[in-house]
Parts: sequence; C-alpha cells; structure tokens
Amino acid sequence: MAQLSVTDLSKTYPNGFTAVHPCSFEIEPGEFVVLVGPSGCGKSTLLRMIAGLEEITTGEMRIGDRVVNDVDPAHRDIAMVFQNYALYPHMTVRKNIAYGLRNRKVPAGEIAQRVTQAAEMLNLTDYLDRRPSQLSGGQRQRVAMGRAIVRDPALFLFDEPLSNLDAKLRNQMRIEIRALQRRLGVTSVYVTHDQVEAMTMADRIFVLNDGRIEQIGTPSEIYHRPASTFVASFMGAPPMNLLSGRGTGNGAVALDGGQAVPVPLDTESNRPVLLGLRPEDMALDGAGPIAFDIEIVEELGAHRLLHGRLSEQPFTVSVSKDTEVGTGPARLSARPGAVNLFCAEKGHRL
Amino acid sequence: MKRARFDHRLLPVMLLVPQLTIIAIFFYWPAWNAVHSSFYLQDPFGFGSQFVGMDNYTRLWTSSEYMRVARFTLVFTLLVTGLSLGLALLLAVKADKVIRGARTYRTLLMWVYAVAPPVAGLIGVALFDQNIGAITDLFAALGYDYRLGVSYSDTALAMVVVSVWIQTPVNFIFFLSGLQSIPKPVLEAARIDNPSGFRRFWEVTFPLLAPTAFFLLIINITYSLFDTFGIIDTLVKNNPASNPMTLVYKVFIDGFRGNDIGGSAAQSVVLMVLVLILTVFQFRLLERRIHYT
Ligand SMILES: Nc1ncnc2c1ncn2[C@@H]1O[C@H](COP(=O)(O)OP(=O)(O)OP(=O)(O)O)[C@@H](O)[C@H]1O
Ligand SMILES: [Mg+2]
Repeated sequence: MAQLSVTDLSKTYPNGFTAVHPCSFEIEPGEFVVLVGPSGCGKSTLLRMIAGLEEITTGEMRIGDRVVNDVDPAHRDIAMVFQNYALYPHMTVRKNIAYGLRNRKVPAGEIAQRVTQAAEMLNLTDYLDRRPSQLSGGQRQRVAMGRAIVRDPALFLFDEPLSNLDAKLRNQMRIEIRALQRRLGVTSVYVTHDQVEAMTMADRIFVLNDGRIEQIGTPSEIYHRPASTFVASFMGAPPMNLLSGRGTGNGAVALDGGQAVPVPLDTESNRPVLLGLRPEDMALDGAGPIAFDIEIVEELGAHRLLHGRLSEQPFTVSVSKDTEVGTGPARLSARPGAVNLFCAEKGHRL
Repeated sequence: MKRARFDHRLLPVMLLVPQLTIIAIFFYWPAWNAVHSSFYLQDPFGFGSQFVGMDNYTRLWTSSEYMRVARFTLVFTLLVTGLSLGLALLLAVKADKVIRGARTYRTLLMWVYAVAPPVAGLIGVALFDQNIGAITDLFAALGYDYRLGVSYSDTALAMVVVSVWIQTPVNFIFFLSGLQSIPKPVLEAARIDNPSGFRRFWEVTFPLLAPTAFFLLIINITYSLFDTFGIIDTLVKNNPASNPMTLVYKVFIDGFRGNDIGGSAAQSVVLMVLVLILTVFQFRLLERRIHYT
C-alpha cells in the first residue's frame, strides 16, 4: 500500500490563482521523492498541502490508509523541515527537539532517550543546552532535522532545507540527509530547485512546471528520457542541446541550418521537431556524420565545454579533460541511444 | 578612510551644553529642590522654613490617609495595566488573524493611534458625565444611580475605565506589530508540533511576543502611576476629598491645595525612588532574560 497517495489534487488560492493543477500520484513506503522545478512552479504549495498548512481545493489525499484532507497538521503524522529552519528561538536545542513529543503525551523518560539518540545521530550532543541564536547555520539545520527525526513520523517533508547553507556544507548535508533517511526508512518528500540535489538524492523525481507535473521518473529516466523539452532543458548542466529541424521520413532530421542528422527513429516527413542531444553524449570523431564549428573552449577542470554552432544553431559539447581541442571546424558523432526527439509545437517527447 | 576629528577639545562639550542645561533646569534642579524641601517644614504663608529631619517621611508612613491612597494606587495600577494589556492583546490576536500582512488594514488600524490621548480622554469623561454621559444614562436605565465625583467607587470605576480606554489602542498597535513580526514558519512548525491552538499561543507565540509585552508592561505601569494625572484631575476636580486618587495626584493636592510643601516633597521623593526601582528592574532583571538574539 502506498504511503502517500493523491488523487486529482489541486490548489487554487483565494485570489483565484491556480498554483497546482489537478494531479495524481502515489509514493511508496521508504521512498525518497524530490519535487523539482523553477521558482514559482508550485513545489512549496504542493508540499504544504501534504503538511496540512495549506487547504486542499479539490481532490483527495491519503497518508497510509487515512484520508487526511481535513486532518490538521499536528494529527497527520508528518514532520517538516523548513527553509530557514523555523526553530523556536526561545527554547534550547533540547526543548526544540522535544517539543513535538511533549505535545503528544510521550512519557518524559522516553522523550529524554529519543532526544539523546537523535542528538547523537546528528552530532548535536554538545549543543543541547544552547539557544538557536548561539548556533551556526549548519547546526541549526541539524536541529531542524533532529526535530523531525525524533518524531519518527510516517512522512518527512523538506522545503529547500539546504538553500541557506554555503556550497560545501550543502554537499555534506545532502549526503547526510540521504544516509539518515535510508537508515530510518521514513518516506520523504523533498522540495528543491537545485537539480544536483534532485539527481543525487531522489529515488524518484517529480519535475514541476507552472503548477503541473511534467514528468515522474527515476533520476536516470528523467535524465536520459526526458518527457518534454522543459524537462530536457531544466535537468542537466549544461542543459540538453535542442536543435530545430524537420523529419525527413527516412531516419534522419533535416536541421533548419542545412545538414541532416541521422536518427534511429522513424520521423514523419516534414514534421517540425526538436532534436535533443546532451553535451556529454557527443564525441569528437574525425569520421563523424555531424559538422560542428567550435567557437569557444571553456576549461572546467574535470572536463571541457566546447561552445559553437551546428548548422547555424548554438550547440555545446562536453569532452573529457584529456581531449586536446582547439577552435575551428570539427566533426561529431552521437553516442548510440542518445538521440531525443520532441514535438516542436507542444514540446512532448516523440 | 579618514575619520572626522574635532581638534578643538571644547567643541564636544559645547554640543552637549544645551541638552545638559535642559536636563539640569527641568530635572536635576527640581529633583534636588524636592529632596531638600522634604527635610523642612515650610511655613504655610511662606515666611521661612524649619529643618525637621525625617519628620515628613515618618508622617507619611503613619498617615492612614496616605496609606489608603497608596493602596488605591496599587489596585488602580494593577487594574489599568492588566486590563489595557489584556484587552489590547486579545484584540491584536484577533486582528492579526484577519489581516495577515494586508497593508491597508494595518494602516487603517494605525489611525486609532493618531487620536490624541487628551481627545480620547475627553470623550471618555463625557461618557461618564453626570448630566449628558451615555454610561450614566445606561446605569440609570438599569436602575442604578451613578454618581461621578460623589460616590468613591463610582469615581474609581470611571477612572479605571477611562484610563484603560486611552491606553488600549497604544498597546494594541504594539502588540499587533509584535505579532506580525513573528516569522510565519515558526508558527507553522508549531502547528505541526502542537495540536492545541491555546497552548501554541502561550508556549510559542506569547514568548516570542515577550519583549514587546515587557516593554509595554513598564510603559503601562508608568502610565498608570503618572500619566493618568490629567484624567483624575478632570474626574475629581470639584471634590478631591471624598474621591479616590493616586499618589501623584496626592502630591499635587497636598502641595498646591494643602500648602504642605514639605510633605508633598517627601511624597515626590518616594515616587522618584519608585521610578528608580522600576528602571533598574527593567534593565537588570528582566530585559536580559527576555531577548533571544
Ligand atoms: N497565498 C498565496 N496567494 C496567492 N498566490 C500564491 C500564494 N502563495 C503562493 N502563491 C503563488 O503560487 C505559485 C506557487 O508558489 P510556491 O510557493 O508553491 O512556489 P515554489 O515552487 O515553491 O517556488 P520557490 O522555488 O520560489 O519557493 C507562485 O506563483 C506564487 O506566486
Ligand atoms: Mg518554495
């Protein structure tokens, strides 16, 4: 049975703005789901509806086998980690972590034990008697995590919990959160606009755009078989190259600027399409079928990015640091299976 | 960067002189005068004075009249402070629920603050007026003969109500802005942690409001003790004898009506000490424990 299941859920704010269009999905027990999308796409709204902080306009939501539409947040058996931690400034770390348990009539002895345990797990033992204002950003983040894990809830909800940390700490906490979640086995929904977080942490990614779920899939599915041009260009850095052209009807796409690129798919003759090629799926190959004009070489250490033009359309190729390369004309080949075709009008995958 | 420097040693001193002069003339000099006078017995007709040591003070402690006024002042202060804070907090919590960041409402509510206290006081007093007061009429309709300025308890009621009436909007505005400055996510975290709205208020919202509440507590005590002078004067003007009054008003009555300058001075010294204690209490004891960041 699914841990969270949602049917035709939508959210329209009192001002008439529909932030989440009707959507349905299920999340399995123990799964780590990441909601990702650009700013304003409705990620927080969806998460806050799960938490009960935002009313559900239409549809039904179940946590376990219980319909929770009208259940208040404290009775949904969820714990949430907020972007700026939302710690209680007047309570010590210990009290912050214990507060949710105290209100649930857990015996004092057990509270103490669970707080100690959570503090050990998060390396907070030395800070238990401090106030949040006496902690660093990373430590506050841990306290917020502690407040969630002592509760041992049915669902963890995270709303961009790492976005206030510096890059290094963010990487470290990302790994810690994921490891902790694996260990505890608690089903989690994690909101972020950072695609690296999404790719590295998720069992499944939900890509949101403009209040709609564009695609649900494993990181690898999202990356290799994006369902739309939106997903293709949102996930991946640098993003997937999208070249406009027309189908030829005989296993090739005629690009707008001239050359024809062979594709291992049937293409309806003359249909306008977008040809999607990931920069890292391309290789420099003297005998390759595609002509490419390199204009700029960008040195990134582990690899190089070659920016240039392919049939007069901007194109980027990523090559390993060992590949010697200069500007000027070159030839490319695409890795087999690397070709994505999208409808030029509607953007969906063909 | 080059810092601005005053080579002239005298300049900073000269900049301070006007302010210091004002403080000296309007605060230190009268204060010293009061302390000085409190040790003397003045001839009522102004023909000299006689040193009497602590006599004026001992006279206070043994005067049942003074103790009665002191007791009334205590009750009055507790009532006015408690009621105006409580009422304002209640209203602010309700208003906060409705307006949630809506600017227009907030501006509208601000207008209450713009009504000058004397005007509010006059309106309040008019409500209790013996001849035209709506509240007097209301009591009459209920079969009670309300006598402002004649019955001790009737006057006390008017004093408390008018004082609370004037101070509540000020407290309301402070409480409301205090409530609005509490970060929303903290309250949301509390909604997840605690199912009881009532306990959430006392365990999370109110502690976060405590700096505001404490500041207001001091302001309100000071208000009840000192700033209610005008209200009391308006209400008991004709007949102070049989009516309740506060310590501050008694200083005025004894000094200017009773011509007991020495006793009146001793009373103001007592009040000065009271203010001093309040100030120390504010800065030392509580302020440190209530701020979180
Ligand atoms: N209370 C509200 N009333 C009306 N519209 C709202 C309200 N809250 C959010 N919105 C709108 O709903 C949309 C989705 O907001 P939401 O906060 O879910 O975005 P998000 O995906 O979390 O973005 P971000 O990454 O910036 O946090 C936005 O366009 C926002 O303007
Ligand atoms: Mg958000």
